[in-house]
Amino acid sequence: MSKIKLTKVAFKGTTAQEKALRTKLAELKSVEGALMPALQAAQNIYGYLPIEVQRIISETLDISMEEIFGVATFYSQFSLNPQGKIQISVCLGTACYVKGSGDVLDKFKENLKIDAGDVTGDGKYSLVATRCIGCCGLAPVVTVNEKVYGKVTVDDVANILAETK
Amino acid sequence: MSKNVSSVTSLNDTAFYKNQYRIALRNCGIIDPENIDEYIAYDGYKALIKAYSSMTPQEVIDVIKASGLRGRGGGGFPTGTKWQFTKNSVGDKKFVCCNADEGDPGAFMDRAVMEGDPHAVIEAMTIAGYAIGADQGYVYIRAEYPLAVKRLQIAINQAKEYGLLGKNILNTGYNFDLEIRLGSGAFVCGEETALMNSIEGKRGEPRPRPPFPAVKGLFAKPTVLNNVETYANIAQIILNGAEWFSSMGTVKSKGTKVFALGGKIVNTGLVEIPMGTTLRTIIEEIGGGIPGGKKFKAAQTGGPSGGCIPPEHFDIEIDYDNLIAIGSMMGSGGLIVMDEDNCMVDIAKFFLEFTQEESCGKCTPCRIGTQRLLEYLEKITSGNADMQDLEDMESLCYYIKDNALCGLGQTAPNPVLSTMRYFKDEYLAHVRDKKCPAGVCKKLLKFIITDACKGCTLCAKKCPVGAISGTVKNVHTIDQAKCIKCGVCMESCKFSAIIKG
Repeated sequence: MSKIKLTKVAFKGTTAQEKALRTKLAELKSVEGALMPALQAAQNIYGYLPIEVQRIISETLDISMEEIFGVATFYSQFSLNPQGKIQISVCLGTACYVKGSGDVLDKFKENLKIDAGDVTGDGKYSLVATRCIGCCGLAPVVTVNEKVYGKVTVDDVANILAETK
Repeated sequence: MSKNVSSVTSLNDTAFYKNQYRIALRNCGIIDPENIDEYIAYDGYKALIKAYSSMTPQEVIDVIKASGLRGRGGGGFPTGTKWQFTKNSVGDKKFVCCNADEGDPGAFMDRAVMEGDPHAVIEAMTIAGYAIGADQGYVYIRAEYPLAVKRLQIAINQAKEYGLLGKNILNTGYNFDLEIRLGSGAFVCGEETALMNSIEGKRGEPRPRPPFPAVKGLFAKPTVLNNVETYANIAQIILNGAEWFSSMGTVKSKGTKVFALGGKIVNTGLVEIPMGTTLRTIIEEIGGGIPGGKKFKAAQTGGPSGGCIPPEHFDIEIDYDNLIAIGSMMGSGGLIVMDEDNCMVDIAKFFLEFTQEESCGKCTPCRIGTQRLLEYLEKITSGNADMQDLEDMESLCYYIKDNALCGLGQTAPNPVLSTMRYFKDEYLAHVRDKKCPAGVCKKLLKFIITDACKGCTLCAKKCPVGAISGTVKNVHTIDQAKCIKCGVCMESCKFSAIIKG
């Protein structure tokens, strides 16, 4: 469990986003245990879970803000803060780790000048030390948004970053 | 050699496949998972039809019981017995759940089944629904597996179109519907009661047991929960009979088990072998040994709940009970091979970092215990521990095992205990000699220039912090206070004159 850091970035949701969220919530109203699917949908629409969005979910599904905040902070994939446009995930599963993914992560930290879990100042990159993504045959594995890089070495890091520019 | 038919080895004769026997993975890579017709063409949904048309629910359970199938998610609880308990429970509503929250790092067989043969899971869950009297099922999949989610959803839609799922299945009057629920990155949700809390839309914290899910599970109703690989065996058992299945394996563990072979090994991938196959067969024959002429050090099974198996146990027959007897466990079947370059204390620390972060915080022994264990390991790997710390750490391990609420906490000390049992010398080297024999723990690492140095000055030029001094044609030296242990000098030396000390 890590300390909860809250964003200082102002909420900039669009009406289109709110419409998408409200449509989804209307579908979920009759579903038992709707909170998880609701938060997952909200995160897909907004990229993170700002307090304003949690409030819409709370009012529509009639679930208290305390409960929503409790669930949103329990699961590591829910984020209360905006993520970078390009999400770099370094797998720290066992197979990747024994083949040196820890060093690969360090190299990304060094190049991006941020820690794992943080976003670069310009909002472009976020760096995540991820759990096993089940590609252990390709270890060590790095994903950049949806793209998967296998058998990554420390020397590949600069090239991977160059490709994102 | 000239090219002709006989010069190509049959896939089944290759070292990788020769020792395998595929039940759970039988269709993976063979059928198109997005086309239900291909599944049906390979005996798909035949078991469901057989169950509906010629077996009572109790007969279905009796076959599963007689087959000796045990839970493939790691615990190894007899599947038929679990179904019987749930059938016997009184309730107006019952549920069938599938645990597809494959969180153990290094295991990916459930992903392979869902991506390669999703109908096998749907068929088995429908059979389970018939056996226990449930008309609703949930598959809880981790969000890290988007392709599995997509293919399972396609498969559910197709099964509904064909009348194999939904209301009045195949005009039998039986109903069974299936819904997918996604996880959101909490390892503890692989624990059955935590998983149910998560489906209910709550924090994924485990509940005390009893009551067991068979009595009071999802939404407080009797619930059967099995893992993906367990379900992948069901249809084949119904079709081929309990005797066929129980003819494979050891006395107490029947059938096959899929292992995800990874780490320092030539052939990586999923291997499905009959229970009772030895570790030696898996690593040396199927896996093709360790690459780069390195020496085998340990095989890690069971993920963060398991342990490290040293070479002296290479010839034990793999089954649930034998693995527990040597201080590891089957777990979900991750099998990570480690060589001489891996430090076992570092590996134990790696797993504790994992469990400490994934501890849900509900019970004190796990929340604080894993934190304290990790602190001991950090002390050891940075050279600040004494012999008393080793003793204290061991007794803390047993305390956590005895007192934690759920499986996550109860098994969290296993990586520490098993490495202390088999690799005590490595712990002693860290504590007493302040050395990491594998050269992994950076705080204990030292680079030394030996007399083989020709004084070429290359290392001094490469060193990013200017820690190397010396004149041309004379042996150089490293200022240990300045050295950041990056290893560039060792990599660049053309005379192999720089060693880890």
